[in-house]
Amino acid sequence: MSGNKKILNKESVVIKFAGDCGDGMQLSGTIFSESAALMGNDIATFPDYPAEIRAPHNTIAGVSGYQVHVGKETRIIGDECDVLVAMNPASLKANLKWVKKGGLIITDEDSYNEKALEKAGYTSNPLEDDSLSSYRVIQAKITTMASETAKALGLAPKSAAQTKNMFCLGMIYAIFDYQLETPFNLLDKKFKTKPQIADVNKKVMQEGYAFAENLELIESKVHIAQVELPKGRYRNITGNIATAWGLLAASERSGHKLFLGSYPITPATDILIELAKYKSLGAKVFQAEDEIAGICSAIGASFAGALACTTTSGPGLSLKTEALGLAVMTELPLVVVDVQRGGPSTGLPTKSEQADLNMALFGRNGEGPCIVIAASSPGDCFYQAYNAAKYAMETMTPCILLTDGNIGQGSELFRIPKVADLPDIKPPVAKPNDPDFKPYRRDPETYVRQWAIPGMEGLRHRIGGLEKTDIFGAVSTDPLNHAKMVENRSQKVQRLANRLPLQTVDGEKEGDLLLVSWGSTKGSVSTAIKEVRANGKKVSHAHFSNIMPLPKNTGEVLRGFKKILVCELNSGQFANYLRMTHPQYQYLQYNKIQGLPFTVQEIVNQINNLI
Amino acid sequence: MSYKTIERTTEQLTKEDFASDQMVRWCPGCGNHAILAAVENVFPLIGYKKENFCVISGIGCSSRFPYYMNTYGFHGIHGRANAIATGVRLFNRGLSVWIPTGDGDSLAIGGNHFIHIIRRNLDVNIMLFNNEIYGLTKGQYSPTSKIGKVTKTSPYGTIEHPFNVGELVMGAQGTFFARVIDTNPKFITEVLLEAAKHDGTSVVEMLQNCVIFNDGTHDYVTGKDVRDEHQLILKHNEKMLFGKDKTKGIKLGMHGLEVIEIGKNGTIDDVLVHDMYRKDEGIHLMLAQMKPPHFPIALGVIRSADYDTYDALFEEQIVTAQKTGKIRSVDDILNSGDTWEV
Repeated sequence: MSGNKKILNKESVVIKFAGDCGDGMQLSGTIFSESAALMGNDIATFPDYPAEIRAPHNTIAGVSGYQVHVGKETRIIGDECDVLVAMNPASLKANLKWVKKGGLIITDEDSYNEKALEKAGYTSNPLEDDSLSSYRVIQAKITTMASETAKALGLAPKSAAQTKNMFCLGMIYAIFDYQLETPFNLLDKKFKTKPQIADVNKKVMQEGYAFAENLELIESKVHIAQVELPKGRYRNITGNIATAWGLLAASERSGHKLFLGSYPITPATDILIELAKYKSLGAKVFQAEDEIAGICSAIGASFAGALACTTTSGPGLSLKTEALGLAVMTELPLVVVDVQRGGPSTGLPTKSEQADLNMALFGRNGEGPCIVIAASSPGDCFYQAYNAAKYAMETMTPCILLTDGNIGQGSELFRIPKVADLPDIKPPVAKPNDPDFKPYRRDPETYVRQWAIPGMEGLRHRIGGLEKTDIFGAVSTDPLNHAKMVENRSQKVQRLANRLPLQTVDGEKEGDLLLVSWGSTKGSVSTAIKEVRANGKKVSHAHFSNIMPLPKNTGEVLRGFKKILVCELNSGQFANYLRMTHPQYQYLQYNKIQGLPFTVQEIVNQINNLI
Repeated sequence: MSYKTIERTTEQLTKEDFASDQMVRWCPGCGNHAILAAVENVFPLIGYKKENFCVISGIGCSSRFPYYMNTYGFHGIHGRANAIATGVRLFNRGLSVWIPTGDGDSLAIGGNHFIHIIRRNLDVNIMLFNNEIYGLTKGQYSPTSKIGKVTKTSPYGTIEHPFNVGELVMGAQGTFFARVIDTNPKFITEVLLEAAKHDGTSVVEMLQNCVIFNDGTHDYVTGKDVRDEHQLILKHNEKMLFGKDKTKGIKLGMHGLEVIEIGKNGTIDDVLVHDMYRKDEGIHLMLAQMKPPHFPIALGVIRSADYDTYDALFEEQIVTAQKTGKIRSVDDILNSGDTWEV
């Protein structure tokens, strides 16, 4: 279908669909990314939408976007766009700064009326003044063309105009020389119960495709490189869905039914929504009256033998802190997922940050050690959620899993594992009528106590938030006993490090510069390192998934480098944690607190400044 | 349906089976001792296996209760007993869940969980010890303290309207409400047995005397000189009679309940017969609201209405989904939707 146009090859391309809330940009984005993945590209996606459900029409506040990075290897959603689809003046204004110089802008001329320009804050029409001269611009009467096609097929004018997103999508498919068969199949599935709507959308998409084919402005077609993947079965997955599935997998493998006690909060709600679907697996999902009831019901379920979880974001974690201490004290397994967002307080609900690390590590009254781990990408959320459940159950300790809005809502290709191939989970469940059972008797190696579950014969016992005697679990204020129990709880978490994998380093084990990252920044940092290595620089990378406890060899890893640069989306929380745990090294920091991920260029610049 | 579905014991259990080896540390003379004795008496009568009882509490004097019972027990944090118990009961409907709590624990800091557990009608038993004071923190007013009450934090008298527990329960669509006093353990045992038999959230308000910080707060009900006049002991299907010689009764008048004296301003036929199973909560609410000097206080089971329980419906959805759902394993989920082979 490439016609007479030249073919250009590209490793990867970043496309952003932007428009007014309600213009169907999330749908365009998901259909495009799904179809690209099905047609052999690697993908990374990120929805970028306002906190308001229906913000004022045609304003900057109301701009909804969906960014897709497609190509051979896309670890990140991409810094700048090669293509911006802007459905109205406000979406152009809000996103222009993210478009590469020389990039392509597709925009709907029909939306550029005086009122819309004014609402977007333009004093002159950018399509008529010179302000877009450094970009290639396709301005077309998209609404008119889409409407005519749709109306001819019997749609009412208002519904007909709504098909404009499909027209643009058709143009994109033409420009990148994709066949329409795959997106057509997706539309058929999406509108299974409304075949007429599917047909109209397909027809409009075809019109957009033909329109772009005939545009002289588009001199060449771009072929995006296909991904080279290890053999296997693949799918697209968001981090929140992956988190939900990881927890279900851990439930299946451990034999302990899942209980989720949660309260809706952006951007974590999708985990609750996803898990609510799986009653057929016996998952018990409870939408609680508040965040506190979410975690407390989970603690109750844990006492009763569940793989117990609660999911939240920063403000919710604040509310859960007292109950987290209770889980520490009662030594019950509990998974707490914090999908971090910009803070403090309500902060930036739909934007992302890594600023809850201190709270996860230290946010409890008294000495209250929890296990803390972090996921590095949407797909990694599956494995880290699985690990969180494994560590919590096998250690009888709450485990906080930190993800964030970027990876929670973002998606990537995911190689589908077999649940049977995942590591074993063996919680220390007590044996009924064991005459030696004592609530706080510990395994001498791991310091883990046994889980005696209500209903089991011969094991009746009481636990609670008051300090208990070692071994026997009677209420006690004895000073030396308290000191011992504090140490026991701390040792139990520290000794988990004996069973964790060692920290790995990407690159040489010694050198001038080590970049340290944790959580969702892995993609940006590793991509930047790949780029500087191509220019002959030697940089190594240590990405931490296990934070509390740190891997046993953390000191050895850090020792090999002259400079250590800790990159994180907060003001230096992990850097300070390393200063506390490994004070013998000097740490440089690179921090960004704008509610946005690192761009690759920002990291590259930092490296270039240092070596 | 817990009374019918929780596994029962074939052993002949006694009070001693539930007595703990811990020293009971409530103040001498505290009303809690009598309540503890009543609970130890009722558990063997209920007849479940002893491992199937779970006592879950929050914080306060009442909330030390789990330590004094030999059952599975959980001593939680302030106000959260009802939320913790929700998780226990939802996860395992084979457990009989008992929640000792107080007027601070459930009506102040834990008010939200209290109204929601009742609204959902989760099948648990709440024993609300109401002494109208904060005991464990040594004498501050509570949400049930009488207006004007002078305490350490209200040296000029409280200016808050107290909750009536029964009103709150019925306002939250409660299906079971009873009231007892700590001076009559045998009666407590009878009422708790009714609570255990009820499917749904049962709330038993226990008028309990704090000898140290609020001694005598319930004397206007319990005092020897007034109790015959100020206590109406409700029995299902029996006339609402009270007074020394049962010569007074409760009648439903034009504007609500009225006290009549039989032979003076009414006849025995005017006296209401108590129907605790009635679904409409109108008369139950009026009974819960009665108080001296114009009325006696209603004691016993005021309301025991039959509605679906949350945990039964919760389980039912799971059982149905397990029969009909297509997703049988996590592998099924992982391979659902659009997937492709490379």
